[in-house]
Amino acid sequence: MSTNEFYSLRVNGRTHQVQDSWIGESLLYVLRERLGLPGTKGACEQGECGSCTVLMDDAAVCSCLVMAATAIHSEIVTVEGITTETTLTDVQQNFVNEGAVQCGFCTPGLIVAVHHLLEKNPNPTELEVKEAISGNICRCTGYGRVFAAVEATIRSRNSEK
Amino acid sequence: MAPSSTVTKSRDVLGTNALRPDGAQKVQGSFEFTSDMHAENMLWGATLRSPHPYARIVSIDTSAALALSGVKCVITASDVPGKLTYGLISSDQPVFAHEFVRYMGEPVAAVAADHPETCRRALALIKVAYEVLKPLTNPEDAISGSHDPIHPDGNVIRHQRIIRGDQAATGAVVVEGEYVIGMQDQAFLGLEAALAIPDPDGLGVHLHVATQWLHEDLSQISACLGLPAEKVRLTLGGVGGAFGAREDISLQVHCCLLALKTGRPIKMQYSREESFFGHVHRHPASIFMRHHADLNGKIIKIDARFVFDGGAYTSTSPAVLINGITHTQGPYKCDNATVDGYAVRTNNPPCGAMRGFGVVQACFAHESQMDKIAAAVGKSPVEIRLINAMATGDPLITGQIMESVAPVARCITETDAIPLPPSLDVNADELELPGGSGLTSSQSNIVRGIGWGVSMKNLMYSEGFDDFATARCTLKDGVASLKFATSEVGQGFVTLAPQIARSVLGVDDVLIEPIDTEIGSAGSTSASRQTWMSGGAVDGACRLVRERLFHHVGKIHNIDPLRLVIEGTDVVDQMGTFRISVADASDGIEISETFEHHHRKTDELDEHGQGNCHTAFAFVAHRAVVDVDPDLGLVKVVQIATAQDVGRVLNPLSAIGQLEGGIAQGLGLAVMEEIVMKDGKVRNPSFTDYLLPTALDAPDVVAVMIEEYEPQAPLGAKGIGEPPCISVTPAIVAAIRNATGKAIERIPVRPQDICL
Amino acid sequence: MTVIVAKELSTALAALREHADARLIQGGTDLMVEINFNHVKPTTMVSLRDVQSLRTIRQDSPGIMSIGSGVPYSVLEGEPVLSAIPALAQASRTVGSPQIRATGSLGGNLGTCSPAGDTLPVMFALDAMIHLSTLDSQRVVSIHDFMTGVKRNVRQHDEIITAIDFPIVQGWQGYSKVGVRNAMVISVASACLVADHKHADVRLALGSVGPTIIRCREAEAWLKSSQDLTAGQSISLDIAHEFGRRAADESSPIDDHRSTAQYRRHAISVLASRMLRKAYQ
Ligand SMILES: Cc1cc2nc3c(=O)[nH]c(=O)nc-3n(C[C@H](O)[C@H](O)[C@H](O)COP(=O)(O)OP(=O)(O)OC[C@H]3O[C@@H](n4cnc5c(N)ncnc54)[C@H](O)[C@@H]3O)c2cc1C
Ligand code: FES
Ligand code: FES
Repeated sequence: MSTNEFYSLRVNGRTHQVQDSWIGESLLYVLRERLGLPGTKGACEQGECGSCTVLMDDAAVCSCLVMAATAIHSEIVTVEGITTETTLTDVQQNFVNEGAVQCGFCTPGLIVAVHHLLEKNPNPTELEVKEAISGNICRCTGYGRVFAAVEATIRSRNSEK
Repeated sequence: MAPSSTVTKSRDVLGTNALRPDGAQKVQGSFEFTSDMHAENMLWGATLRSPHPYARIVSIDTSAALALSGVKCVITASDVPGKLTYGLISSDQPVFAHEFVRYMGEPVAAVAADHPETCRRALALIKVAYEVLKPLTNPEDAISGSHDPIHPDGNVIRHQRIIRGDQAATGAVVVEGEYVIGMQDQAFLGLEAALAIPDPDGLGVHLHVATQWLHEDLSQISACLGLPAEKVRLTLGGVGGAFGAREDISLQVHCCLLALKTGRPIKMQYSREESFFGHVHRHPASIFMRHHADLNGKIIKIDARFVFDGGAYTSTSPAVLINGITHTQGPYKCDNATVDGYAVRTNNPPCGAMRGFGVVQACFAHESQMDKIAAAVGKSPVEIRLINAMATGDPLITGQIMESVAPVARCITETDAIPLPPSLDVNADELELPGGSGLTSSQSNIVRGIGWGVSMKNLMYSEGFDDFATARCTLKDGVASLKFATSEVGQGFVTLAPQIARSVLGVDDVLIEPIDTEIGSAGSTSASRQTWMSGGAVDGACRLVRERLFHHVGKIHNIDPLRLVIEGTDVVDQMGTFRISVADASDGIEISETFEHHHRKTDELDEHGQGNCHTAFAFVAHRAVVDVDPDLGLVKVVQIATAQDVGRVLNPLSAIGQLEGGIAQGLGLAVMEEIVMKDGKVRNPSFTDYLLPTALDAPDVVAVMIEEYEPQAPLGAKGIGEPPCISVTPAIVAAIRNATGKAIERIPVRPQDICL
Repeated sequence: MTVIVAKELSTALAALREHADARLIQGGTDLMVEINFNHVKPTTMVSLRDVQSLRTIRQDSPGIMSIGSGVPYSVLEGEPVLSAIPALAQASRTVGSPQIRATGSLGGNLGTCSPAGDTLPVMFALDAMIHLSTLDSQRVVSIHDFMTGVKRNVRQHDEIITAIDFPIVQGWQGYSKVGVRNAMVISVASACLVADHKHADVRLALGSVGPTIIRCREAEAWLKSSQDLTAGQSISLDIAHEFGRRAADESSPIDDHRSTAQYRRHAISVLASRMLRKAYQ
């Protein structure tokens, strides 16, 4: 490549060096191909599927639309960093329990989006849930089980209070 | 490899909500999809594609691309060492175009380089001189012969008639229509990907690939590589959905060729845009249907003509055609029929398998017709369907007798019994109205409609094809390991197979070995067949192992093995008190058995379209409730009620997932999904313009599973993958007609079809 | 060949001066698609993501809300914009998906200047003013002069759009967009209608039905001459339909893979008459 870019990114609480990258590389590409974090998926590279959703400074964004080299001042959290525990989060467990996972390609993006939603709005209405994940395309499930997983999480969080 | 080596622990036998063994990995992002794979010293591969639907290749100059730093090799048709073509039914599709390109997006060359961006730049440097030719894009021109053959095999891929009963039969009521179905894309989320690793000696290759049918890929690939089959090994990489789009070869041969040529591992992965060009789509079709009925609405005769646009290469067009025309009658009795069907070759993109396989198109036509008959004789959509509902023992228009359990009437009445949704709330959020977040309408603009669709779908392959499945079960120290080549594409066979083993063998721990070509074929993950076929194979292998275990226990404990049964996790003497856990019984021994499951034989159709061509059938009914903004032509699907004939529910969670997912795809075809073509060119190869249903488009789904044990099926269960997406489309369209009074005969329904 | 991640506006402006090839990037929701699809091969990039001064919403003078070019749509959907400029909040909420709205901005919508840009009709209906800065100068351009064609505007290479001034208008306003999906869809036709009770007039701007956003001056003038537009009036169906018809006449849509000119024209007439009736309900 004609450019040699050196920069560092903060991902999942760690600083990663990025070297020898091409300037136009998206955060999605850098996470997957340079930082060894393939949990974030890409299915369109144009913001239309949400598979690549990550948290960036506490906002859920499409990593395919972030130029990686511009994210040097940001805190990034990927599906790999959604929890520091080795066990599943309640959202993750409910996705499995409620059948929200089929091929699983949309799943990492949905997990990040749903965690983010429930962080910002612990008691979303059904419609708020739908709007919040309307940028995450799932081709397999038709969303029914995804809604069930979100509902189950809200229910269990509320009953713990 | 992704789906392998997963141990599940629990008494998750058949009938329970066993959870996916790969679920935890998938929610954590650690499940390895093929696109996540890497290999030491790996290069990237990329494909150069034709910008023209039809052209003669005058010359190809790869020198500038080869000279680019980072580029390791460039290959074209002249670098294919073996067979120059491949194909599922007819080997008519070139590995790389030679002489002619016949559709926009046809592969012309491939490169290997050190970075995907280098690949892109190299592709731009390959100079191909084309002599552009006038494309054949209208299927009728292929039939009439008004266009020169665009392929040595001619422009008609297959022509088949069905002639049944009294050809002169007429009815008091005659209704007809000309129905048009647009081109739908499978749009799986996990894009085509493969990693090819050449053998150290350069004489073979190991391909990790996301596919639906490892063994079929293997035979097509090895032929093109000019290698004996044993020099090519395939392992299933993690698959992100399939829906038919991974049944044909896409990047497999290219990837292997580049690996063999460079001597280095090659990774290939399509972009979304390339994916639209890289796999086959659902056939666009036009279907004329005329029904004769008596004054009661009973069908007397059907005349029909089907034209399926197969695009440039054969793929599975002949089989799609047969599926379409043999489902002309739908799930209804009919004694007389005249059907003429064509699958033709054009310079449009090749079309092949997609969930529903030819039946989707037929169903849209016959269900539209049923509503016309109902209107003509003054009956409701439910009444007309019940009057005509088929049952076990009825003859089909092919002369085949319906031998499957056929609870058509039950599907209809149980769907009808599902409560309708409450009427539109006066305070409904605008997001819930047609137009959604566009805030285009208010309450007062909305009209509600209800519509019906009922369908019949064949299961497994047809016309004499023996699509058997193989599985091996090994019991050792209380752990069963299962080996099969069944593609797990998301449907959940990796959940089901251990359930079967637990039920049959009384084990808890079940290991799934890597899914690869080291065992016999499992056939394709398509045609709703894997639960029946691979499920049958796993069941058979486990039963053989159980039999040997009983002999082993019987011998040691001096009990007639015929008295032994599995109870929970124990081997138990039915007539005595003896009991031993399977774990103890199998301690220190290893029992391994392989089983091939074959379905009953089927026949080819004769020239009158008569013959027992199908293996088995499943049925489903859908009732759609839609809200329509008639002035703007916008639609919101509110509720889908459905009752599906499933035989037996093996895993309720997986079953409902198949139903809801299929319904969303059928909804997509009804109101938004279409590959828009103009003069052979795809106009919308992206997710910006090829629209898929979002969470805000998803209807409420209320589903009933009709469990009538299917004696022909090894587990009593029918395939459930395809039916959900078939009749939901006509149900939605019928609901739109019901709301607006518009005679809509084309899908997807576009706003202008409603309001102009 | 480099990426400059500016924290101060001046850094970004200086970088633009220095690098003739520099491209600005804010949310990246337009530009990264171009890059991912190989349509743009960036050499020097100037990122505005971390320039906090572009992320402010101010109301310095009464009657004007000044919105920084980098404020993401997710902020524009809510207060204070929702109460002050509801049409802008509505338009913002229709942009893409939550992920797109988390980073997409007015600066980017203006920078791209697509006729389908959802906030542009709002700017046209409200006569918004665009603030542009260079290292050593500033100018303010009316939106009507800013957008000159499909993806074309008057911004010079060394200029950065810093803020957009929106007048706060008394009366109903709204934004409607027709798309074939209930969320995350590019508009096939859109309209912003503003009823200005103080001046007793109605303004209408249309998106996706011409090379630029279309302000329906003739329909507006006809309406003002045929109908009292002060608050509290009600609009007859006939007036509303005629207004819709005239608005559609002023549009100049085309056929493309998303829709047909005929449908677009029809949709405009429906949207315009519906919104007019709503405005005086
Ligand atoms: C999936 C998806 C859905 C979308 N849906 C919609 C939609 O529904 N409606 C809609 O209107 N748009 C939509 N867009 C387009 C896009 O989100 C918007 O145009 C958005 O406003 C762009 O803002 P940005 O900050 O991301 O722009 P960027 O991509 O960062 O920049 C876009 C252009 O503007 C220039 N630019 C950016 N900031 C400035 C500045 N301050 N001064 C001068 N030039 C500047 C850049 O150089 C670039 O040329 C969608 C995009 C995607 C990917
Ligand atoms: S890959 Fe980023 S949204 Fe699809
Ligand atoms: S599970 Fe396959 S795309 Fe969502």
